[in-house]
Amino acid sequence: MELYIFDGSLEGLLTAVFECYTRKSKIIKLVGQAHYVPDVFDAGFHVVSDREKGERVWKGLCAKLGKEWQLRFYQAYLSERPEAFQHLLNFARYVIDRPAGASENYAHPDVLAISQTARQVHREKHRMEAFVRFQKTGDGIYYAHIEPDFDVLPLVSEHFENRYADQRWIIYDLKRKYGLYYDLEKTEEIELGAAPQLSVVNALPAGLLDPKEELYTLLWQDYFKTTNISARKNTRLHVRHVPRRYWKYLSEKQR
Amino acid sequence: MYERIREKLGILADAAKYDVSCASSGSNRKNENKGIGDAEGAGICHTYTEDGRCVSLLKILLTNHCIYDCAFCVSRRSNDIRRAAFTVEEVVELTMNFYRRNYIEGLFLSSGIFKNADYTMERLVRIVKKLRQDERFNGYIHLKTIPGASDELLREAGMYADRMSINLEMPTERGLKLLAPEKSHSEVEKPLKYIQNNITQFESEKALIKSVPKFVPAGQSTQIVVGATTESDKEILYTANAFYRNFSLKRVYYSGYIPISYDSRLPVIGSQPPLIRENRLYQADWLMRFYGFKVQEILDDLHPNLEIDVDPKLGWALRNLDRFPVDINTADYHMILRVPGIGVGSALKIVQARRFNRLHENHLRKLGIAFRKARHFIRYADSPMQLKEYEAGHIKNLILSEGKSKYQSNPDNQLSLF
Repeated sequence: MELYIFDGSLEGLLTAVFECYTRKSKIIKLVGQAHYVPDVFDAGFHVVSDREKGERVWKGLCAKLGKEWQLRFYQAYLSERPEAFQHLLNFARYVIDRPAGASENYAHPDVLAISQTARQVHREKHRMEAFVRFQKTGDGIYYAHIEPDFDVLPLVSEHFENRYADQRWIIYDLKRKYGLYYDLEKTEEIELGAAPQLSVVNALPAGLLDPKEELYTLLWQDYFKTTNISARKNTRLHVRHVPRRYWKYLSEKQR
Repeated sequence: MYERIREKLGILADAAKYDVSCASSGSNRKNENKGIGDAEGAGICHTYTEDGRCVSLLKILLTNHCIYDCAFCVSRRSNDIRRAAFTVEEVVELTMNFYRRNYIEGLFLSSGIFKNADYTMERLVRIVKKLRQDERFNGYIHLKTIPGASDELLREAGMYADRMSINLEMPTERGLKLLAPEKSHSEVEKPLKYIQNNITQFESEKALIKSVPKFVPAGQSTQIVVGATTESDKEILYTANAFYRNFSLKRVYYSGYIPISYDSRLPVIGSQPPLIRENRLYQADWLMRFYGFKVQEILDDLHPNLEIDVDPKLGWALRNLDRFPVDINTADYHMILRVPGIGVGSALKIVQARRFNRLHENHLRKLGIAFRKARHFIRYADSPMQLKEYEAGHIKNLILSEGKSKYQSNPDNQLSLF
């Protein structure tokens, strides 16, 4: 078994696949720089991310994979999980070595792992599309922040662009310290100098908000309450759909 | 000002909450005008109430004033409650502001009937028209049809709404007559048929001319109240089935009756809504729509009611043991779909995966089927030798004793008090 260390980027991961073939490595253990603990006995091979090598591998994969599986590959990568990186490497080699269609072999451990991880990431993306709560700021920008379990911002931008084409908005990932800004024309990645101060009821301090914002937060909270049917109370079901870790970002859960 | 609008929303959302429809999918309205909103593809549940129901639309009544006196309805004329009515502008503003903040997928607008059907319907139409034309809103709109409204108004409404619906309320004419003597199923059938005909007509025109506007692109639905009257599950599902067939409905919703009235014809206030029964009806409905079951297979005169302790798919399998076991590695897709514990997704995965390997127990477990339930009905590459055939009651007991059914701990559907 050989130890490969890569920088954690998608390009690096694809480069690692390339190196497997040039170095004729049989079994690889792939580890990200961030999780690598140097070992006296096994120095490991440091993969140098290389755009060209990465692209060749990606092209090779695309030739074997349909659109859906290409997306799954990317989604699984965005899970940021060390074990997913390993599965992606194994999966890429498995697919490249076989005729097209091998990715449908759900009984294969790496195929199954990628499809399951991709699904989890997809669900988190979907939850972010649901749980973003914009607040209108004094200068007319709709602002929301989130802390998703996986790095899903790249997956949600199209959804929000299609939906909110006539308003400027920012969705900011507090955990990964970057966000998306849509300026009515295009969406760009941004980093905010100082992360906005949080208060409990409102994500943004009242001073920054549009004067009507408080009303709509209140109306939404009222609506959430009155639409409930207490004779059907089912907390277990409620929490299954709205996991507690998201509550702090949901204005309707702040009262 | 703040207080008045809060009060109205409180009253008119409260009165609308018994309408269980919450779908915001199935339309095809794209944001092509650089406006706001997109109702293409799957809908999104933005939150869930504490009773676990999805919130995807702003569900409100235009007014809870009503000229009718249906015993099962909170807004009935004789009920002593606070009344309110939104203005057209208020509904538009609420919808837009909720949508812009990503609270909702759109609007579900229903209404009590003030003055007469057309007077009410005309206001509903003004709201949807304003949303689409002035606000360039492309989000989802579900509009309730007011029974008795004129064809012209229905047709105009259909030009702006994504979905329209009209509730059957009681599963049979007999039940409806008992609680709402002024109403009848035929009164529901007429507008359903009219909208259905228009949908068909617009679709056929669309095949010829590209620029035909959308007409109720997400189709129609209806709702049946369960447990207010004495109809059996068979009567309910056969009615649903007939409406699916005759009016090409997208959905039939089943709403467990929550007592809200001291009327002696109805269950007493405080009695539990029939939640398990409601759940079983939805499961049976899914079997009809996605699993290829005929309604006659699910219920007949010998079995007029769905079982409470097992789901309808398992119930069917136990009554039809001669159709099992099913060999996972050779059976056709439709039969795999009928195995208890195997859903649409895993059935598909099974059929794909078995092209590469004969499937063993460990494969099946990992594919995400409910193996403990399914194992009684399937054969796979490493199935254990079966010495004797089990009979249905034995299998059922095995499954029930192994399962962690959420209903077993509280068989009367009592609320747990944590």
